[in-house]
This record gives sequence, structure tokens and C-alpha cells, in this order.
Amino acid sequence: MSDKRYTINRISDRTMHILFFICACTSIFAVAVICIFIFAKGLPAIGEIGIFEFLGGTEWRPGQEKFGILPMIVGSIYVTAGAIIIGVPIGLLCAVFMSKFCPKWLYKIIKPLIELMAGIPSIVYGFFGIVVIVPQLRSLFGGSGKGTLAASILLGIMILPTLVSVIESSLNAVPESYYEGALALGATHERSVFFTVLPAAKSGILAGVILGIGRAIGETMAVVMVAGNSPVIPESLTSNVRTLTANIVLEMNYATDLHEDALIATAAVLFIFILLINVSFSLFRKRKG
Amino acid sequence: MRNSKVLRYPISFVARVLVYISAAITVFMVFFLLGYIFVNGIPHLKPELFHWENTTKNNSMMPAIINTFIMMIMSLLMAVPIGVFSAVYMVEYAKRGNKFVHFVRVTTETLSGIPSIVFGLFGYLAFVIALGWQNSLLAGAVTLAIMVLPLIMRTTEEALIAVPDSYREGSFGLGAGKLRTVFRIILPSAMPGILSGVVLSAGRIAGETAALIFTAGTIAELPNSVFDSTATLAVHMYSLLNEGLHMEDAYATSVVLVVFVLGMNGLSKLIASKVGTKKER
Repeated sequence: MSDKRYTINRISDRTMHILFFICACTSIFAVAVICIFIFAKGLPAIGEIGIFEFLGGTEWRPGQEKFGILPMIVGSIYVTAGAIIIGVPIGLLCAVFMSKFCPKWLYKIIKPLIELMAGIPSIVYGFFGIVVIVPQLRSLFGGSGKGTLAASILLGIMILPTLVSVIESSLNAVPESYYEGALALGATHERSVFFTVLPAAKSGILAGVILGIGRAIGETMAVVMVAGNSPVIPESLTSNVRTLTANIVLEMNYATDLHEDALIATAAVLFIFILLINVSFSLFRKRKG
Repeated sequence: MRNSKVLRYPISFVARVLVYISAAITVFMVFFLLGYIFVNGIPHLKPELFHWENTTKNNSMMPAIINTFIMMIMSLLMAVPIGVFSAVYMVEYAKRGNKFVHFVRVTTETLSGIPSIVFGLFGYLAFVIALGWQNSLLAGAVTLAIMVLPLIMRTTEEALIAVPDSYREGSFGLGAGKLRTVFRIILPSAMPGILSGVVLSAGRIAGETAALIFTAGTIAELPNSVFDSTATLAVHMYSLLNEGLHMEDAYATSVVLVVFVLGMNGLSKLIASKVGTKKER
């Protein structure tokens, strides 16, 4: 009797072990399937359009079968660069504040606030962009107010929580003795923080910035609301811009045939960007450890 | 005294001021964003907006709110068992330093880095087109389940790792098998951590737009079956903004959406903090 029960237990142990293993494979399976679907439809489209016409073409006119996504690639890079220029200094210094300057009682208030900021849905950020940032820029610079600058500011705000939390934890990981050593040599508190702790946390900070770049380049709903979205390379900070993500959202609804495939190819290009960013992120984080 | 310190270390002083300003900007942004939406949105919360049916006249968000709950439950029903079980495998079954475990970690990280629009496009290609599900609740829910899977896996793994080894040893010592130890001892003690991850995922599902537009569609009505188009609250808000005609309603909808999502996040933190107090004991 007890022998039989033992066998049943053994069998269910084995089955569950296999079930757990299959579940663990799901994420591998998911990534593989996503790659297959995006690339299987995207790459032939690139082949049909011609890789140089697709990546290097400056004209996006689906009606005339012209599919050049260079303006969108440039647009994504501009907007992301703008977001980094605006977001990183503020995020870095804010992280320094949280880690080295903040009294405990204040930390208990600010930390949840920044986590709150990370939780706000991107459509709400986009809405905020339309009703606050765009009108402000319109009255400052004229024009429509939509464009590279508006998108950069909005994304700069959106990546703040990511930057602050990653950079803060990398600052906290620097041994206290570095800071104390600098103090003992007569440096002020600020000097010790900025010239010993910050350099020591360099790779962690870089990892945070790369994660921020990933967030910014992949952001869709907020950008599409404030970027203006004309598919041309922007001439100035206030002229319209269209990102890779916006290109997909704007036209996927009514696209057919090659146009649809070209949009999926756009997603494939975006996907490659993201993969490169992910790889460099894990490289930098590994170096820290 | 203080003054002379400023004069002696001007760079330090400037650095300190910049640090304070940056922190102030960040905090100000949070208050301004939330404050702006609440101040402008709350006055526009009319009873019509909570009418049971959505018509072009009332722009009611009630169906969208219910849809959001349905979408959350359906995606979580798929994502939670898979996520929790795979975390169990990674922490309890796989040997430490296993190559396979490392590979799963890398792919999970990749999965969590994929932008939601790419998920949306994938869902459209795979479920809407290839499997022929149309724009439907099911297509949206499966897409979102894949999207939140890494989050559930990571939070569950952390919760499992936090369970002290003595629990496992005690259970084995009393003669329990591996499976019994996992289900009777380890999962119950990791439950608050797992639950907090699940609620956090629910918040992400509620706030998601880009992955849903092309998978679940934009019809803000209650679905009759899993193959009906189902707009969640965030998608409903996107349609309102796209039309651009009903800004007051969009304000009001954003208030509800923000309260909803931030409420979820708050609940998740509350559950997670319960773990902290338990561990100290």
C-alpha cells in the first residue's frame, strides 16, 4: 500500500517537474515566435523594397510605393537624444540627491512619488503633452508646438523614474569607504560625492542611461500625440518629426499589401535597435558586478 | 561661518544647489502632472460618463472599465500560472549556475525590453491574422499575457529566493517530497511577494494602449464572447484623444485611469510591505 503511494508520488513529482520545465521554456518560445513573426514578414518586404531604398530612402509615400524610413530613423534618434539631454542631467542629480543628500524623512516621501511617476500610463503622459507642453511651446516659439522639442521634453520626463532608480541603486552599491576616504583627505561632502562616488558608479550610471534610451526609443503612445508626425527629416527643434514607433501606430489601421509589410519591416528595424540596446545594457551591468 | 564656507568652496556650493534643483524639478513634475489632471478632470466627472452603455453622445467609460477588468483577469489567468511555475523551476529545480537558467534569464530580460508596439504588431500578425481570431478580447489578452510574463517571473523568483532555506530543509527533514515542499511550504510563504507582482502586472495591463489597439480593437462595448473587440479604459481614452472632440471627457477619463493604475501600484506596494514586516519577525 505505502509502496504504491510512493510510486504515485514519484510519478506526479516527475510530471510536475516536466511541467515546470515547459513553463520555464515559455519565455524562450515567446521571444522566438515574436522574432519569427516580425522578421518573416519584415525581411522579405525589405528585400522587395531594396535595403538601401528602405533604410536610406528619405521619402515615405505609401501611395506611390515609396517606402524610405530614413526620416523615421533620424526622427527616433533625434527625439531619443533630446530626451537623454533633458532627462539624464536631472535624473542623475536627482539620484545623487536621493542617495547622498536626502534626509531620511524626506526620502520616505520622495521615493514613493518617483515610483508613482513610473506607474502613470503612457497615454496619460501623451495627454499631458497635448494639453500642457504643446500649448506652452506654441506660445513660446510659434508654429504648432508639436515636434522634436515637445517629444523630447515629454520623453525626458517619462524616463526620469527609470534613470533615478537605476542610478540611485548603483550609487548605493559604491562602498562607503570611498566616500569616507575622500572626506578624510579633506574634500567637502559634494566633492567626495562627485569626484569619488560618481566615477566609481560609472558603469551602473551608463547602464541606467542605456535603459532610458531603450524606454525612449520604444515609447509610442505619448510620442505620437506630441510629435506632429510628418514623415520628413526635421529641420529644426520645433518642426514636426515622426518616430519609428509612431510610423507603425499611425498607418497600421489602413495599410494593406506591401505598405503593411513595410510597417512590419519598420518594427523589425525598431526591434534590432532594441536588441542592440539590451545587449549593451547587460554588458555594462555585468562589468559592474 | 556658513557664508565663508560658500566662498571657500564655490564649486561644491554650486554642485549642491544643482542637486537640490534637480530633485525639486523631479518632485514638482510629479505633483504638476497629477495635480493638473485631477484639477481639470474631477470637475468633468459627470454621471453620464458612468452610464452602462457607450454611445456617441455620452462617451461613457463604464463598458471600458468593465472591459479592463475582464482583460486583466483573462491575461493574468494565462500569465500567472506560467510565470509562477517557471520561476519555481528556475529557483527550486534547476541546479545553480545552470546554462539553461542563464539562457531563460537572458530571454526574459529581452522580452521585458521589447516595446509594447512590437508586442501589438506581433499579436496582430500571430493571433488576429494567422490564427484568425479577429480583433478580439482573446487576441488582446494573450498578447498582454506574454507582455507581463517577465514581470511575474521576476517578482516570483525574488519572492522564492527570499524564502529561507531552513523552510525547505525542515520540510525535507519531515519526509515531504519536493512537490509537497513547493506547494505546501515554499509557495505559501512566498505568496505576498508573488501577489504583489501579480497586482503590479494588473496595473500594467490597465495602463497599456499600444499593444491593444491592433489586437483587442477599439470598440468600447461589452463583449459577448472572447472573439469580440474589447476596448479597455486606456484604449478608450486613446480613441477620445484621437477624435479630439471631447476634451472634457478625456480629462475625466484620464482621472479614472490614473486612479485605477496608481491604486493598483499602491496595493502592490502595500502587499509587498507585508512581506517586509513578516521577514523581520
